[in-house]
Amino acid sequence: MGFGLYIHWPYCRRICPYCDFNIYRARALDETAWRQAFLAGLDHALRLVGPRPLRSISFGGGTPSLMPPSLVAAIIERAALRFGLEDDAEIALEANPGSADAARFADLRAAGVNRLSLGIQSFDDGALSALGRDHDAAAARAALTQAQAIFPRVSFDLIYGLPGQSRADWRRALDVALACQSGHLSLYQLTIEPGTAFARAAARGRLALPDEQRRADLYDVAQERCAGAGLDAYEVSNHAAPGHESRHNLIYWRSGDWIGLGPGAHSRLTLDRRRLALTEHRRPEIWLDAVARARSGEVECETLSPAQHASEILLSGLRLGEGIALKRAEDALGAPLGAFLDQARLATLVAAGLVQGDAERLRVTATGRRVLDAVLAELLA
Amino acid sequence: MTPRARIRNFAIIAHIDHGKSTLADRLIEACGGLEAREMREQILDSMDIERERGITIKAQTVRLTYRARDGEVYQLNLMDTPGHVDFSYEVSRSLAACEGAILVVDASQGVEAQTLANVYQAIEANLEIIIVLNKIDLPAAEPDRVRRQIEDVIGLDASEALLTSAKSGQGVPDVLEALVHKLPPPLGDPEAPLTALLVDSWYDAYLGVVILVRVRDGVLRKGMRVRMMAAGTAHQVETVGVFTPKPIPIEALGPGEVGFLTAAIKEVAETRVGDTITDDRRPTAEPMPGFKPSVPVVFCGLFPAEASEFGHLRESLAKLRLNDASFVYQPETSVALGLGFRCGFLGLLHLEIIQERLEREFGLELIATAPSVIYRCHLTSGEVVELHNPVDMPDPTRTAFIEEPWIKATIMVPDEHLGAVLKLCEERRGIQRDLTYVGNRALLVYRLPLNEVVFDFYDRLKSVSRGYASFDYQLDGYVEEDLVKLSILVNGEPVDALATIVHRARAEARGRALCERLKDLIPRQLFQVAIQAAIGGRIVARETVRALRKDVLAKCYGGDVTRKRKLLEKQKAGKKRMRQVGEVHIPQEAFIAALKVESK
Ligand SMILES: Nc1nc2c(ncn2[C@@H]2O[C@H](COP(=O)(O)OP(=O)(O)OP(=O)(O)O)[C@@H](O)[C@H]2O)c(=O)[nH]1
Ligand SMILES: C[S@@+](CC[C@H](N)C(=O)[O-])C[C@H]1O[C@@H](n2cnc3c(N)ncnc32)[C@H](O)[C@@H]1O
Ligand code: SF4
Ligand SMILES: [Mg+2]
Repeated sequence: MGFGLYIHWPYCRRICPYCDFNIYRARALDETAWRQAFLAGLDHALRLVGPRPLRSISFGGGTPSLMPPSLVAAIIERAALRFGLEDDAEIALEANPGSADAARFADLRAAGVNRLSLGIQSFDDGALSALGRDHDAAAARAALTQAQAIFPRVSFDLIYGLPGQSRADWRRALDVALACQSGHLSLYQLTIEPGTAFARAAARGRLALPDEQRRADLYDVAQERCAGAGLDAYEVSNHAAPGHESRHNLIYWRSGDWIGLGPGAHSRLTLDRRRLALTEHRRPEIWLDAVARARSGEVECETLSPAQHASEILLSGLRLGEGIALKRAEDALGAPLGAFLDQARLATLVAAGLVQGDAERLRVTATGRRVLDAVLAELLA
Repeated sequence: MTPRARIRNFAIIAHIDHGKSTLADRLIEACGGLEAREMREQILDSMDIERERGITIKAQTVRLTYRARDGEVYQLNLMDTPGHVDFSYEVSRSLAACEGAILVVDASQGVEAQTLANVYQAIEANLEIIIVLNKIDLPAAEPDRVRRQIEDVIGLDASEALLTSAKSGQGVPDVLEALVHKLPPPLGDPEAPLTALLVDSWYDAYLGVVILVRVRDGVLRKGMRVRMMAAGTAHQVETVGVFTPKPIPIEALGPGEVGFLTAAIKEVAETRVGDTITDDRRPTAEPMPGFKPSVPVVFCGLFPAEASEFGHLRESLAKLRLNDASFVYQPETSVALGLGFRCGFLGLLHLEIIQERLEREFGLELIATAPSVIYRCHLTSGEVVELHNPVDMPDPTRTAFIEEPWIKATIMVPDEHLGAVLKLCEERRGIQRDLTYVGNRALLVYRLPLNEVVFDFYDRLKSVSRGYASFDYQLDGYVEEDLVKLSILVNGEPVDALATIVHRARAEARGRALCERLKDLIPRQLFQVAIQAAIGGRIVARETVRALRKDVLAKCYGGDVTRKRKLLEKQKAGKKRMRQVGEVHIPQEAFIAALKVESK
């Protein structure tokens, strides 16, 4: 299933009003300290898991396109040295159109990045300013064209379900997106996360969000349009032409093993048949400090019980069109996945056409996927 | 043993909050029953719940030693009683053990409904009554007006009424003198076979089952073998004692004396309040009259919020009953709520208190179903069945007619709130029987269906009268009524715990109100939920909770997995506390809130 490495870069130029990632305003920083911290983190990880070739490295954030390309290069180099890379390893990085120029892209490409995912969010200036973004539509398009010229694989993100957005608006936006995509799209329905500026505005009634009917309709529009363009909805919010899926994200959804380094990053590792969930310190200064002193930024290491592991397999795997491979789940759990499910409820959900299963796989239908969270709450025994 | 001539037995009776327990404090203090450091307010309200709510639930007895102005030393046996209607049976028991009563009337409020109810009981029991006008320290006190009121309404001579402030202690010495000089000493023959009244019994963590007795004839001694005549059991007396209010062991209790005994008795249920206790070797020929057992009038189902707590609930009920034999319970199975108990109570306050004690003292979380009264169902076969639970209502085709219990309610209310109170009584199907005036207060007598009163009548009465109305009731026979079972169906399945019996004229409105309320309380789920109210086979109201259309996290990457897993774990715990009917999860709030629905 492959082994992945995630690098978290916690800085952004400006904090978007909807975003609740572990992020901080960018400021002058000590590149050497960060370099030493990430490299030390990699060395520590090697001691923990031993050499095991990486299928993917993913730089996320935050805005990792703000990272000095030399730092990106150093991390890739050390990871390849310590763990080794699979032949066609994916090395992905998230970029903001506001911090993108051809030279930087070229440096990142030279450092080894072979997949870029660009936070376009919208092709509409009004929507972009409503989202508090620091770029306009023209900049986004320009960044996309450049990226497509430089990186072998390029994806971009759009956010929909904005206040006032109609089905027709969204259809038009999708037409633009589908015309300039190159194999992969992430379409995220706007989520109002607690503690964000949008959450405060919504609480004061200043955000006219679409109701559930509209949200369902917009979701359906995205499914139809992408399917029509030959992009498979291989995950709830991700659409790809065959072979263009994000290999790194598939590791998450298939409950594989990955190492997460950087402030607030999470890891999942299977060691001695135990499923470990590790977490790094959230605050950048504390994380840096911890790595400098203890060679590791780890703040918590939890051994998941089989039931907890089963919940994770279920909540991640059912997001995928391919569903869950039952044999693999059984190997990981030491017991059939079915033992962790409410069988009576499962039968009802199957009868209702929300869930499908055969001897090899368990998956949700298209209808089931739209209400997956409610399905999950029912399924778990 | 004290000679009979120097014994006085009395109860303190009054409307709720008129100051009985506070006056008892002053009497205890004046007689030196407790040292100053042991004293606290309303010392006799010993249960936590009594102290918190500031009310007396259980009658308490204290022996005081009083040196009178004439130099003689008297034994005073004081019984503090509860004022609330639900506990009036406690009053009647106490009165049976006394020769006199102190009638406390709040001098600022005057005569209230329970003043009447309690004083009539005392008159009927032939007790000498000492009238005490309390709270004269309050600026609003009007002793002259209240004195006249007592004469007009009750017909007692109030010219010698004493004025007190139980708060400051003013007037308390006169109360003690009046007790000694106005109340008759008890009668009784020390040579006759032991004849004693079993006044009360309860469970005490240190003493075990404690029996409160009043000796009429003969002597009760430690070590003797006594027979409970009605129960037909005999026991060796382990201790004889009195409360001062601390329990103090003594050698014996003679004629006219009040005190307690313990024997190797495991459960309160083995003792019968009102029973006659006699000497097993030399029994009396004639048992004492005893009293009517207290009967539960309100029933409801109690279920653990989490099904796994059923065993704990069963044990807790058994323990509580050791202390309070006036509530009854038996196992009940509900399709919606699982295993629980059908419980009977003396009234709504009693229900509330038992529920609260279960939750607080035993750490239980409960779901209570709608309170119900006892209906009498006359079947076409001629058989009559008593219905404690709407679920058991026989099929209409087998039913000739149904009767419901009515009450006679006495309400006292200041003139300016009379209109609102009349309206409330009419809304509750009341029939006015009498309306007289005492000064500017109306004395209303109404007949009402008990069912209309157990719900929230008392609260509504207090709110429409701004707290000025007082209320008392007695059961007053059964009346045939057009009653129907209102069922609630969820996706076509009846939810037994939501069924109620209502008057046909009100059934539709109540059905609609319930459906609307449930629609708000049942969260949207994967499948559409139809909520219906039905009378017999006829649907009278319907609401729909639409199925979820969109409910899925947009983003779920490495770090989101933990968050989502924890959320699922929380939902799973929440689901355990929901009840499932068919495919539908019903949160327990739905069962609780359904009780509070007013049909408009
Ligand atoms: N001002 C004033 N307040 C008093 C007096 N006597 C009692 N109270 C207050 O009236 C309230 C009720 O007093 P209790 O002694 O609990 O009344 P009760 O009659 O025993 O009440 P129940 O047992 O619930 O029926 C308390 O807040 C007392 O402090 C008094 O003489 N003067
Ligand atoms: C980790 S962010 C990083 C991308 C990059 N920093 C940017 O903003 O362009 C990945 C994507 O998550 C999406 N996203 C972030 N917050 C969201 C929210 N509250 N609701 C929906 N999508 C959101 C955005 O589309 C964003 O591009
Ligand atoms: S959406 Fe992207 S740029 Fe905006 S705050 Fe979040 S991580 Fe930073
Ligand atoms: Mg009291």
